[in-house]
Amino acid sequence: MEKTANNKALIAMSGGVDSSVAAYLMQRQGWDCGGVTLKLFGGGSSCCSLEDIEDARSVACALEMPFYVFNFQDEFEERVIWKFVRAYETGLTPNPCIDCNRYLKFGKLMERARELGYDRVATGHYARIEEQNGRRLLLRAADNHKDQTYVLYSMTQEQLAHTVFPLGELNKSQVRGIAEELGFINAKKRDSQDICFVRDSDFGAFIEEYSRKTYPPGDFVGKNGALLGKHRGIVRYTVGQRKGLGLALPKPMYVCEKRADTNTVVLGESDDLMCGALDAEDINLIAADSLPCQTRVTAKIRYGAKEAAATVEQTGKDSLHVVFDEPQRAAAPGQAVVLYDGEYVIGGGTIIRGY
Amino acid sequence: MRVYADNAATTQVSRSALEAMLPCFTEYYGNPSSMHQSGQDAARLLINARETMAKYLGASPNEITFTSGGSEADNQAIISAALRGARKGKKHIISTKFEHHAVLHAVEKLGKEGFEITLLDVHEDGIVRLPKLEAAIRPDTALVTVMYANNEIGTIQPISEIGALCREKGVIFHTDAVQAAGHLEIDVTKQNIDMLTLSAHKFHGPKGIGLLYCRKAIPLSTLIEGGAQERGKRAGTENIPAIVGMAAAFREACENMAVNMPRVRALRDRLIDGVLARIPEVILNGDREKRLPGNANFSVTGIEGESLLLLLDNAGICASSGSACTSGSLDPSHVLLAIGLPHETAHGSLRLTLSEYNTQEEIDYIIEALPPIVEKLRMMSPVWKKK
Repeated sequence: MEKTANNKALIAMSGGVDSSVAAYLMQRQGWDCGGVTLKLFGGGSSCCSLEDIEDARSVACALEMPFYVFNFQDEFEERVIWKFVRAYETGLTPNPCIDCNRYLKFGKLMERARELGYDRVATGHYARIEEQNGRRLLLRAADNHKDQTYVLYSMTQEQLAHTVFPLGELNKSQVRGIAEELGFINAKKRDSQDICFVRDSDFGAFIEEYSRKTYPPGDFVGKNGALLGKHRGIVRYTVGQRKGLGLALPKPMYVCEKRADTNTVVLGESDDLMCGALDAEDINLIAADSLPCQTRVTAKIRYGAKEAAATVEQTGKDSLHVVFDEPQRAAAPGQAVVLYDGEYVIGGGTIIRGY
Repeated sequence: MRVYADNAATTQVSRSALEAMLPCFTEYYGNPSSMHQSGQDAARLLINARETMAKYLGASPNEITFTSGGSEADNQAIISAALRGARKGKKHIISTKFEHHAVLHAVEKLGKEGFEITLLDVHEDGIVRLPKLEAAIRPDTALVTVMYANNEIGTIQPISEIGALCREKGVIFHTDAVQAAGHLEIDVTKQNIDMLTLSAHKFHGPKGIGLLYCRKAIPLSTLIEGGAQERGKRAGTENIPAIVGMAAAFREACENMAVNMPRVRALRDRLIDGVLARIPEVILNGDREKRLPGNANFSVTGIEGESLLLLLDNAGICASSGSACTSGSLDPSHVLLAIGLPHETAHGSLRLTLSEYNTQEEIDYIIEALPPIVEKLRMMSPVWKKK
């Protein structure tokens, strides 16, 4: 572990078991640590609640490190929540965790860390960082099942240079084992799934409550334009969704597209969801400054998707065109496409359209 | 000689509790919610104290809420359980006739707000009978609250059995363990206790601090709104000196229980034997064996408890009659009435409660002092003369 003259590291602690073990490992590796929980959302979240803050505090106390709570609610609201709401309003499917990492955890938190004299920020993300020829590389975690590089693809060289991921080489059961051995209060705590600020995964209800708008019902249409029924507001649906459409249809139907301009939701059959290629913009490249023509990669189009073989072309300074070897299911505009070269994250971008 | 024999009312703060508290006034006086070093130091003390209390109760630290004492904790426990029950359509609460008034009055108030209350009779030996409890539990019972040990007569209730029964029936079980904590071993997990109250000043900790243990799965309602202290369950800047003092005292009491309590029990038995041998027409209230190690409660026929206390006080002996809380009233103790003592007998009660600070010399002094006092009062008593 390379240590700079300044060996101070600020550990972002959610109150969960991963970030708690990350704190322990950082300290054991000789870093002069401080722990911080970010208060991002006040309205009853599944993460970073009062309980979580106290759990994080108790771990920091056990490790004898100073502990802070930073109020980043304004930044989070603007950069993450509103972006999330606007995305759904315009028919996109956002991934707020990517924005949170980009703007909050490795954005504002990193700035604050620097102000306080901490050289690094450490988190409990399952990912790895390497340095090769002066360039910082992001790699998948050893535990592929828990790998979180999909939400980290937008990290810049500067951010990577000041980040540590102590859990990268471990698997989840090892991490829980460490927490139990140390008697951490949260050793048996459930992992938080889904979006931290949306209760019960009911993002439609959340959006309506937050924006104080009602989203008018509109038409479900088939690929041929046939009217199939009424939807309950465009914000309640996600590309690829099958359940909860409220329709009795002869065959299983899926949300293929959300058209905000006409307030319609296009439904199709399973095959209609398949796409062979996609365009992405707002890209970030980690492994290189630019991509040579026709780079062979594996690509992920959703957090839970399996990587698939593809060829990528950088079509502009800020755009990519990805062609899959095999058609992929439900490429949702607004989600990220993340490209890998084996274990290495090449980079990624936001999906604009699928073909 | 001054003999303090009223430990059920309150106890002397132990030296180690006092020593643990003092730096909290002069050095670690920060507000635990403050971001700076001073606050962090105080927060650390708070975390450690919570872990200590949890450890000796068999609970998890995130199940402990610090309160201003037993009364507050009792109220928060009972109201929380009642509200939770009401949300599920369960509005029946079971308690006993001889609970501390903090429990009784909280429960009675709920009775006026639409809850149905069953107060179980207590057997004359001062111990609740399980079949009676089982018969009282209904599908709409939201809460059973039974004290661990009675504060007046010291009798110890079948807590593990009650816990098992309530767990089987899916009813929340709360116990007011204010008198028992620090004197009897408690394990909330093994004993199937869902909620528990204790108070520091009964086990050589400071006054004005207690806690409510509540099993993780059960939501607590707040009595006191305000800041986010105690995970949002109880607002108010934490009383760090008192909390630290409580933890020090509790640890000390629990660690030394196996040595101290047999000694206290032996002194208490000596006292009981001496009193029963030397004074005619005196009975011990409550089961002889299943009582708190330091508790002796007598009914002395033919005299007023109040007069007895005053004369004992003249002789330097601090005791009580009924409980400290109720001595302000003229009514006989509801506890003694609950175990079936007639009014006049209940009026003539004497409670002597010992701690590990009492000596054999002090016990013998009480045994010597009491008979002449009783005789004197009986001489003057119209009730006694009638016999």
